[in-house]
Amino acid sequence: MDLLKSSFKEITEAVQLKKMSAKEVTQFFLKRSEQIDKKLNSFVIMNEKAIQQAEQIDQKIAHGEVVGPLAGVPFGIKDMLCTKGLRTTAGSKILENFIPPYDSTVVKKLKNAGVVVLGKLNQDEFAMGSSNETSYFGPVKNPWDLTRVPGGSSGGSAAAQAARLTAGTIGTDTGGSIRQPASFCGIVGVKPTYGRVSRYGIIAYASSLDQAGPMVSSVEDAALCLEVICGHDQMDSTTSQKSVPPFSKNLNPNIKGMKIGLIKEFMSGGLDPDVQKTVQNAIDELKKMGAEIVEISISLTDQAVPVYYLVAASEASSNLARYDGVKYGHRAHFESLASLELDEFYSKTRGEGFGPEVQRRIMLGTYCLSSGYYDAYYNKAGQVRRLMKNQYDEAFQKCDVILSPVTTSPAFKIGDRISDPLAMYLNDIFTVSTNLAGLPGMSLPFGFSSEKLPIGIQLTSSHFDEQRMLNVALALENVSSAKGALPNV
Amino acid sequence: MSSATQTAFMKSLQQRGYEAVIGLEIHVQLKTQSKMFCADSTQFDAADNENTSPVSVGMPGTLPVVNKLAIEYSIKTGLALGCQIRSKSVFSRKNYFYPDLPKGYQISQYDLPICEKGKISFVVDGYEKTVGITRAHMEEDAGKSNHHGDCTLLNYNRAGIPLLEVVSEPDIRTPTEAAEYVRTIRQIARYLDVCDGNLEEGSLRCDCNVSVRKIGAPEFGTKVEIKNINSFRFVEKAIEYEIERQIDFVDRGEKIIQETRLYDPDKNRTFSMRKKEDAQDYRYFPDPDLQPIIVTAEMIQKLKSELPELPRARAERFKKEHGLPEHDAAVLTNEKELADYYEATAAVCKNHKASSNWIMTDVLRELNQAQKNILQCPIKAFDLGNLIQMIDGNTISGKIAKTVFVEMWKTGDAPDKIVKEKGLTQITDNSAIEKIIDDVLAQSAPQVADYRSGKTKLFGFFVGAVMKATKGQANPDLVNKLLQDKLNG
Repeated sequence: MDLLKSSFKEITEAVQLKKMSAKEVTQFFLKRSEQIDKKLNSFVIMNEKAIQQAEQIDQKIAHGEVVGPLAGVPFGIKDMLCTKGLRTTAGSKILENFIPPYDSTVVKKLKNAGVVVLGKLNQDEFAMGSSNETSYFGPVKNPWDLTRVPGGSSGGSAAAQAARLTAGTIGTDTGGSIRQPASFCGIVGVKPTYGRVSRYGIIAYASSLDQAGPMVSSVEDAALCLEVICGHDQMDSTTSQKSVPPFSKNLNPNIKGMKIGLIKEFMSGGLDPDVQKTVQNAIDELKKMGAEIVEISISLTDQAVPVYYLVAASEASSNLARYDGVKYGHRAHFESLASLELDEFYSKTRGEGFGPEVQRRIMLGTYCLSSGYYDAYYNKAGQVRRLMKNQYDEAFQKCDVILSPVTTSPAFKIGDRISDPLAMYLNDIFTVSTNLAGLPGMSLPFGFSSEKLPIGIQLTSSHFDEQRMLNVALALENVSSAKGALPNV
Repeated sequence: MSSATQTAFMKSLQQRGYEAVIGLEIHVQLKTQSKMFCADSTQFDAADNENTSPVSVGMPGTLPVVNKLAIEYSIKTGLALGCQIRSKSVFSRKNYFYPDLPKGYQISQYDLPICEKGKISFVVDGYEKTVGITRAHMEEDAGKSNHHGDCTLLNYNRAGIPLLEVVSEPDIRTPTEAAEYVRTIRQIARYLDVCDGNLEEGSLRCDCNVSVRKIGAPEFGTKVEIKNINSFRFVEKAIEYEIERQIDFVDRGEKIIQETRLYDPDKNRTFSMRKKEDAQDYRYFPDPDLQPIIVTAEMIQKLKSELPELPRARAERFKKEHGLPEHDAAVLTNEKELADYYEATAAVCKNHKASSNWIMTDVLRELNQAQKNILQCPIKAFDLGNLIQMIDGNTISGKIAKTVFVEMWKTGDAPDKIVKEKGLTQITDNSAIEKIIDDVLAQSAPQVADYRSGKTKLFGFFVGAVMKATKGQANPDLVNKLLQDKLNG
């Protein structure tokens, strides 16, 4: 059995039929990490208890106990998700030594399903970044070209999965943080509908936008993983009560007669020719399979990036206030606390603990929420957001799934954009509207650039209609030239 | 302040040509078992930081979930204060840094509070006063900082305890009205059983906004907020001090500065805590972790039907239907449990005034002496009712009843048991009393002669002697009548 190519189903079946033990599977991936991750820097910390967790699954199987649908499948978890007893840093110095006494709901559900946690994956600090260069633990390299970024913020997840250091990974997506790195690294990344997946125990960046999702190697694996992690959680009041369909069982590549929307505003210029070509290939294939291509308009997409940064930075400025050095996390060293002003305590602690990008967004957000500016910024952004959602709702009257690029170009060089925040922010142009409207979206590998860099395409469907999006993705995956491609690291 | 000093204070105010304008903010700590947004206990006497959890200390990724009971309590209180209940109200974040505020923000209602536009009436010094309620909004409490020399210890037990902040209109004009207003709010909250109303323990906290203006001036003066008032007496004293301080200022031609002042009960003065310029910008915005609270008409109807009869209405009923004087009605309805006790007593003996008298004199006196509340009263209302009935039914005399009452207090026994055991039953048998009278008259021949020769004042002497001979058990009316017959006949 070739674990580099095995699906979740194949691994679980092999483990359940005792063709291979969960321990062996886990050891395989741990060894691979040990050999390769020096080059990638995708893991922040390995889970010392991984083998033990795998053995427990093997024991259960030996005792004839029922095991979950992902029994023995080793996962890497983005370091935004709290893991009980395992250091969780959010890629930040301020949480460098934070060990949560609880599991995030997503991790709890994965463990219950039989997943073995290999370790915690690198990311941009507090998920603020599109290149993984803002991590306190150093940048992650793209396994397809080690001089390039893996994307961000879930860069560690994308790189580890692309290099198959993991059988599956979990990322989080606030403005494209699952889909953009998935595209840059040539894997499947799904951001579910807002409210589908519990945010409990996931370190908050922008609460009204954050969603966790699978970053895996196939549409089928993504569907299976979604089944496990989606669903109402009484610990998160923003999760939906809607029932979770059996996505993997319902997968159906027959998309004949389905209407695929192309956003007019996304197709007009500025695109890298290889990206353009990849999207065109997807359109051609969809037509061949009997889908109907319709043009739709989301005129407010030109507002999406500024609106996103207003909303995300505002919420972040409040969400990150708890990292104050009082209760846990980094605290600046002071000779004496006796004559210390409280402000000094905070500014030194936070000044040392947060990196420049995080500080920039906290300041931006604090400014946006300030008295006298709230209406002009946060409130106005909220209004545009609602209008944008309306435009999407209208668009989904005309089509079933929207097809678009994920990024303007394939992965860029490390260091190329980090000094120009605005250029970096504009990188998110195709992904942020999905978060603002709360819609599900995904990235599917569909080609390569002339430089052999992966290029993904983005699919978006209406609220809670992940199934149709996954079905179109499956249809395209079947004809994708990038299917099963592995980087040479 | 006694009524007399109050009048003197107001007179001096008027003579100086001023009136005070007062508005109060009362924090009502809701008596729920668990906190506002998590399952932590709210028990008052827990060990330091015992009532905490990842949610209440604001650990990364944790989320608030609303306590439904706290919402019900808030709605009930709002209804009792004559408020309109918003069908949709919103929790916002009030952002500020302080070590005892775990998340760096307090979850509180801001522009859309659950209750608004109410009013309550109460009696002060014989006149009826009505005070408007601007709003009542829910929020979570902060923790407690304990400063010890050069270090500060933090206790987060209180962090997250549900509060309802009741904000009055600036309708209050005197310190006594202010204290009576606080008493009324407390009384209502206790009737609804939503709050302990314990000022000393902080389950009811009160901030006063005070300004002064020349009588007849159309505009309000600059207001000053006084914090840290933890007894009814201090409400009056702090406001009185503040009014005089402000008038002295204005008289000297100085300007009142908008500021927050603290009341020091030991020195009976207020001192400046912070000026308005130092006031923080709280950067309120709707908390994206929580859904708006939707209150349906059915829910309001249901909670309305669960409201107990409120003190004001109950006092009116006691006056109208039970024929009790204003004073009795006010005292008996002060505490719901006392009013319940009275009603239960009266229901047994059907004698309202006698029930009131016994409770207001004997029961309250004993409770005061023993420092007990009515729920700890050793005499059950049923037994007190029976005791009164025994007097009314001539089983015992009023005088004997006092002895029985003392015994009941000591033993908790039923009155009939005590009367029987101690042989205290009233002698109502004519022949028995006549026999005793004959004996008494036989032993007091000189006095009988004197009486018959015109010293009719000696009648009391004979009554006393007969009562003494019967150990007070003879029916006094009968003794009177029979003595009259014997002496005059």
